[in-house]
Amino acid sequence: MQIYLPIAEMSVNIFLVLALGGGIGLLSGLFGVGGGFMMTPLLIFIGVPPAVAVGTQANQIVASSVSGVLVHMRRGNVDLKMGAVLTIGGFVGSSLGVWVFNVLKRLGHIDVTIAFGYVVFLGIVGGFMLYESLPGVLNKGAPMPLTARGPGRHTWMHGLPFKMRFRRSKLYISALLPLAVGFVVGILGAVMGVGGGFIMVPAMIYLLGMPTQVVIGTSLLQTIFVAANTTLLQAIFNQTVDVVLALLLLVVGVVGAQVGARLAGKFKGEQLRVMLAIMVLAVALRLALDLVIPPQDLFSLRESGG
Amino acid sequence: MMKRGCHLLRRMAIALLATVALGTTSATADDVPLVADLSNHLVAITSRFTGASVLLFGATDGTGDIVIVIRGPVKDVDVRYKQRFGPIWVNARSVTLRDVPSYYRMASSRPLAEIVPNELLSRYQIGLNNIRLNPANEKTATTADLDVFRQALVRLKTDEGLYSEELGAVNLMSNRLFRTELYFPANVATGTYLVEVYLFRDGAVASAQILPFTVSKIGVDADIYDFAHNFGLVYGMLAIAAAIAAGYGASVAFRRT
Repeated sequence: MQIYLPIAEMSVNIFLVLALGGGIGLLSGLFGVGGGFMMTPLLIFIGVPPAVAVGTQANQIVASSVSGVLVHMRRGNVDLKMGAVLTIGGFVGSSLGVWVFNVLKRLGHIDVTIAFGYVVFLGIVGGFMLYESLPGVLNKGAPMPLTARGPGRHTWMHGLPFKMRFRRSKLYISALLPLAVGFVVGILGAVMGVGGGFIMVPAMIYLLGMPTQVVIGTSLLQTIFVAANTTLLQAIFNQTVDVVLALLLLVVGVVGAQVGARLAGKFKGEQLRVMLAIMVLAVALRLALDLVIPPQDLFSLRESGG
Repeated sequence: MMKRGCHLLRRMAIALLATVALGTTSATADDVPLVADLSNHLVAITSRFTGASVLLFGATDGTGDIVIVIRGPVKDVDVRYKQRFGPIWVNARSVTLRDVPSYYRMASSRPLAEIVPNELLSRYQIGLNNIRLNPANEKTATTADLDVFRQALVRLKTDEGLYSEELGAVNLMSNRLFRTELYFPANVATGTYLVEVYLFRDGAVASAQILPFTVSKIGVDADIYDFAHNFGLVYGMLAIAAAIAAGYGASVAFRRT
């Protein structure tokens, strides 16, 4: 059965979209990632214009982040102050990102920028996960320990001004650091249509030195605001948020996430990460091939001024 | 499918008979060598729209050849050309063509060369090679270059099913009645379409008629589209509110189970 997407201005098979939303939801429940970084490329694969995929994805991220953050809040794993500072950085970043998006869209480079950004980030994330978890699966031994920059070690970052105390995170650091992290992730989120969790989480652990259990909840909290801001700005300036598509993805995504969370208990952590890493790399490879392989048609059409 | 075709044919025949009957009884019958109409003057794009076909039918007062040209609403279009930039292919050059019809179809009862002299083909923009495509900025490209971009546009539009020409697609019956099927794919643009029907005799236009019809979005989808484009701020806020509500609902449901 086909359903017409009013903003994307195309018909898609409704079951394909539902399967996609459910599948990504399943993955996000299974692997504990937002899933946005898989959703956007997959939407593009099924023919949704990249610009609409990005705008719509931001809207869906709002829903999944709200759902996730409420769970973490009940467990007391959210640093509100840190979240606020990250959010301020994120707001500025995502506003700039939407503007950059608009400029690139006008220049005709948005598609290639999105695709290129994905190849780079999916490649890095997938490669890192594979590198980190494959030895554990192959040797069945202890997983490789992650060497984090532990608190107490002094670097140039601790000499920065505007120091703030973050009680939940047990940190006393310059507010500029989380501001900068929020800013950079905000730009990426707006341009690439991702919540940025998969970049934010490592940055919070390794750059800011936050305790891991606080990281996910806090990252989700700021993701809500950044993704909401992105949605709003995309809706105002680019009209690329398709609510029909977003709602379809969202409803099944939520169900998928619950099923996934239950399934997760049946696999080993490293096995899950290797599977995810392989999938992430496969998406990155496919996108990379699209960029590198000579296009079937060198010409393309775009409505002028749009 | 057959049944529907028969049904359509019968409806058309009745309509035609009515037209012919009216024509012969009215005083102006001899002044109207050509009468044509569409089975439908509105193509509605709804949430289940996967394309639509419209029947064009009519009658002439004697021998002649029928050529029809349908043009969709015009828009300026950038034709972009990809070039290799390092290892990646990026859009390197682009030419903006002005007033490009979003839809174009030409159908005729016989090969054009046997019906219409060349100068008329270009004057009436009959045939894919005769669509007038002017650059928005005259200086952007040389003439030879421009032709490459024009041809690319026509080729891409044809691939999308939006441009077509078909010789012999107009069926003439006993030199009086004619019919042809117009197909509009799912990606058809909204707006006003003009169907030009020409009756050619001895290489000249004996009669012509223009029939307008509309393609528009109908129902919820149209409302959503209009709303998104006219009230971006409110639309965005509603989208966010819906997302927050869904997320909250999911979390509540999740806790209960």
